[in-house]
Amino acid sequence: MTKGIATLLLTVSMGATAAVAEEVRVYNWSDYIDEDLLTKFEEETGLDLVYDVFDSNEVLETKMLAGGSGYDVVVPSGTFLQRQIAAGAFQKLDKSKLPNWDNLWDVISERTAQYDPGNEYAITYMWGTTGIGANVNKVKEILGEDAPIDSLDLVLDPANMEKLAECGVHFLDAPAEMIPMALKYIGEDPDSHDPDVIAKAEEVFMPIRPYIQKFHSSEYINALANGDICVAVGWSGDILQARDRAAEADNGVEIAYHAAKEGAQMWFDMMAIPADAPNPDGAHTFLNFILDAENMAAASNYVYYANGNKASQEYLVEDVIGDPAIYPDEETLNNLFTTTPYPAKVQRVVTRLWTKIKSGT
Amino acid sequence: MNFRRAFLILVPYMWLLALFLVPFLIVFKISLSDVELSIPPYTPTLDFSAGWAGFKDFLSQLDFENYVWLTQDDLYWKAYLSSLQIAVISTILTLLVGFPIAYGMANAPDEWRPTLMMLVILPFWTSFLIRVYAWMGILSNEGFLNQVLLWMGVISEPLTILNTNSAVYIGIVYTYLPFMILPIYATLEKLDGSLLEAAEDLGCTRSGAFWLVTLPLSRPGVIAGCFLVFIPALGEFVIPSLLGGSGTLMIGKVLWEEFFSNRDWPVASAVAVVLLAILIVPIILFQRQQQRQQEADR
Repeated sequence: MTKGIATLLLTVSMGATAAVAEEVRVYNWSDYIDEDLLTKFEEETGLDLVYDVFDSNEVLETKMLAGGSGYDVVVPSGTFLQRQIAAGAFQKLDKSKLPNWDNLWDVISERTAQYDPGNEYAITYMWGTTGIGANVNKVKEILGEDAPIDSLDLVLDPANMEKLAECGVHFLDAPAEMIPMALKYIGEDPDSHDPDVIAKAEEVFMPIRPYIQKFHSSEYINALANGDICVAVGWSGDILQARDRAAEADNGVEIAYHAAKEGAQMWFDMMAIPADAPNPDGAHTFLNFILDAENMAAASNYVYYANGNKASQEYLVEDVIGDPAIYPDEETLNNLFTTTPYPAKVQRVVTRLWTKIKSGT
Repeated sequence: MNFRRAFLILVPYMWLLALFLVPFLIVFKISLSDVELSIPPYTPTLDFSAGWAGFKDFLSQLDFENYVWLTQDDLYWKAYLSSLQIAVISTILTLLVGFPIAYGMANAPDEWRPTLMMLVILPFWTSFLIRVYAWMGILSNEGFLNQVLLWMGVISEPLTILNTNSAVYIGIVYTYLPFMILPIYATLEKLDGSLLEAAEDLGCTRSGAFWLVTLPLSRPGVIAGCFLVFIPALGEFVIPSLLGGSGTLMIGKVLWEEFFSNRDWPVASAVAVVLLAILIVPIILFQRQQQRQQEADR
């Protein structure tokens, strides 16, 4: 997040000094790109890049639905993309302006087509899983050597959570991912849109909520890395970034990420062009730059997320392509599930339930 | 002459109209509409282009279902009450910290006062957000405060302060302290010192003079300070969301949820309208008090 602020300050100063050149405004997730790529883009294209960050799909969606966001490229996750397409928030991609289109990986494009039929509106940027990050030594100290760090038992079993509370547990503040996780844990369909089934998630969360220190979707990276907390339910790459920051700081903190063995959610972050983008040509230039195999590989190598770009795979470092937490093997891949967007009425039930889980009322 | 006077009166009213009444009416209008998946995500209930027919149509469809909704879920009342509680307690805490500082400043030698004033205002030169982030660094389990306390041997286990209501109180008191100090300082500085001398000449002790003379005369400053802290604290969103924990229930956060998570602008607007109604009562009281004060000064 601090890096997010630095980027924000950087963009503000960049915007102030050179308003003459043509601008491309990109709105992406925080800590989600190698910042050298941003400089490279400006050098290669001569366009001015304004790069802002967010940390929740909800914030992005509100900007999209309000209209006039002023951004040329935004990065919603699959389910949110689908709903925003339905609301008319995006324009179709002009594939003639995207010569690098063929670099895309069909395995991923087939899956994202469920949100964007025919892949007409968006390209896959990164994809990953929602799982469990643990400070291995602290967790084993508290729960013993056989602590279930690869299982939902670690974070959803009250007996474990009660003990873990003392060293700090963060959950994502993302109901569309946390509720499917709880449903999976109790053997229900994680993608259920039935309010009665969704209500069952309450029984999972209520006993453990006193032991959750915070629901937040970006703070856990730093908190895990510097040892403030010992367990986080979070996004794969973010937890792997925490692992690397801890290793760099050499502070004795060892972080491990696991997609839960019971099954974990797979999500896709998609780059799309808002219908009212001020500079759609520049947006296509940016998307084509991202679709370039080497650029995409540089981004993945930096943020530890898998991408949807087949051609980039030869440029990925072993740490990324060889890590099953990032590029899962066949067996894990089959164990992952995806979800579809909630209709408005169900969304209200989900949000209300989530507020109840977070605040107790 | 009359024209000039009318103009002078017109300026503040135009201000009120453009910056308060018009935005309020827009929010109020949204609060009467329904959700829809579109841009913007609500149905326009009042169609100005259709003229009088559009207005009649609007009246016939008028319902307050979003307000009714607020009464059906106890979340909203609990959030209003909890915000009220947090705002009242932080205002009292801010007063307890701010009054002695203002008193000290007002009694400091003349040549120090500009410097002291500067020191109170100085934190404003740093972005509010960065200062709240700094508190996250200070209050966290591995943070500065816990490190110092552990090192001094005061505690043996780190205290969990961040992500609790205590951190929210600390954040609010810290952020709004200057708003409490400045009005109190302004009244204390104007305080006529001869009144205190008279009290002492008449046999009052120094502490007695403080309670009987200084405190009552500083009341306008105290009231102004309390309002300046209470009103923004009630609707505070940034501080509870950064420093507060999952149990911190405040109306600002509920509003955020309605707006962002539910994409329900109509209900979010209804929450905002009710919040405003709750706020307007203390603001009117404040206004009255100010008026009385001005008349008394004349």
